[in-house]
Amino acid sequence: EKKDEGRPGKSSNMLRVVVKKTVINCSSCHHSTDFEVHRNWLAITHNLPVSQWYYEATSEWTLDYPPFFAWLEYALSHVAKYFDQEMLVIQNLNYSSQATVFFQRLSVIFTDILFVYAAHECCKYVNGKRPGKELLEKPMFVLAVLLLWNFGLLIVDHIHFQYNGFLFGLMLLSVARLFQKRHLEGALLFAVLLHFKHIYIYVAPAYCVYLLRSYCFTANRADGSLKWSSFSFLRITLLGLIVCLVSALSLGPFAVLGQLPQVISRLFPFKRGLCHAYWAPNFWALYNAVDKTLAVVGIKYKFLDPEKISKASMTGGLVQEFQHTVLPSVTPLATLICTFISILPSVFCLWFKPQGPRGFLQCLILCALSSFMFGWHVHEKAILLAILPLSLLAVESPKRAGIYLILTTTGHFSLFPLLFTPPEITTKILLMLLFTVYSFSSLRALFRREGPLLNWLETIYLIALVPLEIFCEIVFPLTPWNLKFPFIPLLLTSVYCALGITYAWLKLYVSKAE
Amino acid sequence: MEKWSLMTITVLLGLIVRWTVSFGSYSGAGKPPMYGDYEAQRHWQEVTYNLPIKQWYFNTSDNNLQYWGLDYPPLTAYHSLLCAYVAKLINPDWIALHTSRGYESQPHKLFMRATVLIADLLVYIPAVILYCCYLKETSTKKKIASALCILLYPGLILIDYGHFQYNSVSLGFALWGVLFLSYNWDLLGSLAFCLAINYKHMELYHSLPFFCYLLGKCCQKGLTGKGLVLLIKIAFTVVASFAICWLPFCTEVEQILQVFRRLFPIDRGLFEDKVANIWCSLSVLIKIKNVMSPQTQLKLSFAFTFLTLLPACIKLTLQPSLRRFKFALVSCALSFFLFSFQVHEKSILLVSIPVCLMINEIPLMCTWFLLVSTFSLLPLLLKDGLLLAYVVTTLAFLTVCATFFSIFEKTSEEDLQLKSLSLSIRAYIPSFKAFPKIIKSLFIVSLTLMGILTSMSATLTPPQKLPDLFPVSVSVVSCVHFLFFLMYFNAIVLWDSRNGRNQKKIN
Repeated sequence: EKKDEGRPGKSSNMLRVVVKKTVINCSSCHHSTDFEVHRNWLAITHNLPVSQWYYEATSEWTLDYPPFFAWLEYALSHVAKYFDQEMLVIQNLNYSSQATVFFQRLSVIFTDILFVYAAHECCKYVNGKRPGKELLEKPMFVLAVLLLWNFGLLIVDHIHFQYNGFLFGLMLLSVARLFQKRHLEGALLFAVLLHFKHIYIYVAPAYCVYLLRSYCFTANRADGSLKWSSFSFLRITLLGLIVCLVSALSLGPFAVLGQLPQVISRLFPFKRGLCHAYWAPNFWALYNAVDKTLAVVGIKYKFLDPEKISKASMTGGLVQEFQHTVLPSVTPLATLICTFISILPSVFCLWFKPQGPRGFLQCLILCALSSFMFGWHVHEKAILLAILPLSLLAVESPKRAGIYLILTTTGHFSLFPLLFTPPEITTKILLMLLFTVYSFSSLRALFRREGPLLNWLETIYLIALVPLEIFCEIVFPLTPWNLKFPFIPLLLTSVYCALGITYAWLKLYVSKAE
Repeated sequence: MEKWSLMTITVLLGLIVRWTVSFGSYSGAGKPPMYGDYEAQRHWQEVTYNLPIKQWYFNTSDNNLQYWGLDYPPLTAYHSLLCAYVAKLINPDWIALHTSRGYESQPHKLFMRATVLIADLLVYIPAVILYCCYLKETSTKKKIASALCILLYPGLILIDYGHFQYNSVSLGFALWGVLFLSYNWDLLGSLAFCLAINYKHMELYHSLPFFCYLLGKCCQKGLTGKGLVLLIKIAFTVVASFAICWLPFCTEVEQILQVFRRLFPIDRGLFEDKVANIWCSLSVLIKIKNVMSPQTQLKLSFAFTFLTLLPACIKLTLQPSLRRFKFALVSCALSFFLFSFQVHEKSILLVSIPVCLMINEIPLMCTWFLLVSTFSLLPLLLKDGLLLAYVVTTLAFLTVCATFFSIFEKTSEEDLQLKSLSLSIRAYIPSFKAFPKIIKSLFIVSLTLMGILTSMSATLTPPQKLPDLFPVSVSVVSCVHFLFFLMYFNAIVLWDSRNGRNQKKIN
């Protein structure tokens, strides 16, 4: 009965979502570089043979996603030629006619259907403690809205332009399949996802450990610990077969052509710096901030020699390598080790004390968040990798709901610098307010009897985001410092959000340990 | 969830849809020499800022009335002056005398759209929220749903934020008037409505119901005692508000006369362009403009207008009630729209907003009417390049209304407020029970027809011999619908008497 009552509400919600997404999508006048990136990829895959895909470098936006995504672009390009032939010419750099823009945005809306389906599947496995009488207070409905109307996804996909909805749909669908105990399908979907966008390798440890522990070992001992004798060779063979098959389909053609090293170098460009032009709000942002502060303090109090310090600006808008001045410099290997160490506790927990699919989901979120915290050249959009799965847990327990609120609000706020033209400032503020008001009031209504979700310190931290925004977008551009230190708003935003995200990460670990 | 958070979400949704529509094109974009309404509003800012008040409505060397001369009452002019002061702070080039003609740029568009949003936020949206919050005898869910549907009404959004106008200000003031009257604050209500008329004189379409309702109230209280006092107070309020608005123009009679000449251009003819009006539709069969002289046309249109609205108004004066007042607003404005002189297609908004007020009472018919009213604006929207915005907002509106009010299920006679009428019909034809089925099937046919016409207008080119085929078909179809609605709303008002006592409780 729970499903039936939720269904009309959810189906109407989904219909509205599609319509509203179209509204927002077709509104934007700002073309981010991602738009040109995908146009270029359409042109490359349409015109060139497969052997040239990863070598083509006419445009600076070379193909740096795995082969399945290239095949997706190839499929789209066949539809694109009915809209505007000119966009498929490689030499037409920065070509953006009305028809092109329309087609691109339509393709995002179309691929989002998979995300809607995945959200529908996930909503079936929500365990509400006390389903409310009204439709608006059912955990299923709240989850559906939190997923489908996610602010970050909306602005990244539909305004900034990417295909994340489709990819997150694949991930959530694989999670849903694991909940349904259809492990092979879940594994297949994840393998396919990896070959669409390799950033999901961040959460691969969770999948590997869970499938090994809870699927390959078919039974547990009485006290819940590992029963070595129940190891099933059949299952592990099947899993291995699936992964190999998918990889063969994807990388096979390139291995045959001997292009694997080139593909790998395109997929993992380590030449880029520790941080993106705008620091993602992770641990390294705090590290950089401390480094800069120490440098400034050191110069002022004559601890350091000003000539020895390089004048390279870290958030100057260019992606370049730089050295830290006071603290030791960070290498890619160091970030890898830090990431590995930070995911170890959650992975160990998943191995030694498996709690079924929910435990897997917690581990997945922690892996995603830890990789975000310590990864090399992390983009701030990667926070969505942690936020979306956390929505599933947020509607089930008040503690997770509190963490979700902090992570979501700061995570979404950190996406603000992506949209900076004056018309989009109003759009992003309205959308952010909409999502924040909804998430707070719906989760509070869901857990009305459990007391407040956030303590006073957390509330003050979140409320302080408002004056921060006013300062960064309105006050600062009107001051004379705007010309001398143009990076201050970006720096403030990323450091402030990094504090919140680090806090949420620690709290998530602690709550899992309990 | 709490009411205030749901209301906030509703307002935010409304604002988001408005702002995203405003990214689209506006009227006359990139079309010299005359451009469109957007340029008209910018030009008025230029005129009001740079010229003294005495010259605003006159044809002088600095102020060429042929190029978008001011033709709205003084409050519009003051509003333009206010916007001009802000524009001067940001970029004086926008309102420089003569040199800023046809000025178009992205920052300027952002500024103009922002002025519409701020005016909306200050006048119209609070009125809608307060109206819905204080609806009597409705659940919270229905209140929120009404607010959402009213805020998502596509016609107003597309005209104000697409085509570019400030209708939300005058309609907002009129809505404040209705709100105050529903609380028996008659003086405030009259004041608000006078402000509405002084912003856009098309609000005169609503003046008869306001007048009849207040007169009826005074009569009820007794014309010799309290009623007379109330009448005098209202009259004084009206005169005072008009005086304050027109103060700078009251120095000379010539000023006032010139403003009137600009507001009511009688020599323009019975209709202009393609409007979903009786005269325009009839001209498909008979060329009225050639058959009759302008004077006869004027008298004919007046006659028909007053004939059709008189029954409702008389009923309202004799038995004033809030419900009858709201229905009278609709039927009077609709009569004016169908039969009056020099009507613009945008005037349908004057009918739509009162219809929005009744969306929780008769959801099916109101949704139907609002969809048709948006559809009647299609030729204008196609000219402005707003097809995508039109399609998406209309679909969104239909979806929201259909889900929240279950319009396809609730089609009983009581839901359609036609119980008394069908009872009377059954007195003559005992087996008549067909209202719900007829209306439901008509609705679906109508929706299909509108959908087909929309896609045809957007994709096909008309044949050489009939270049105006699509706009005329849209107008004629809308006109037929409007006639049907005129009969429907009048039927409700006139057949209300039998259930008069029961309905008063629901008020």
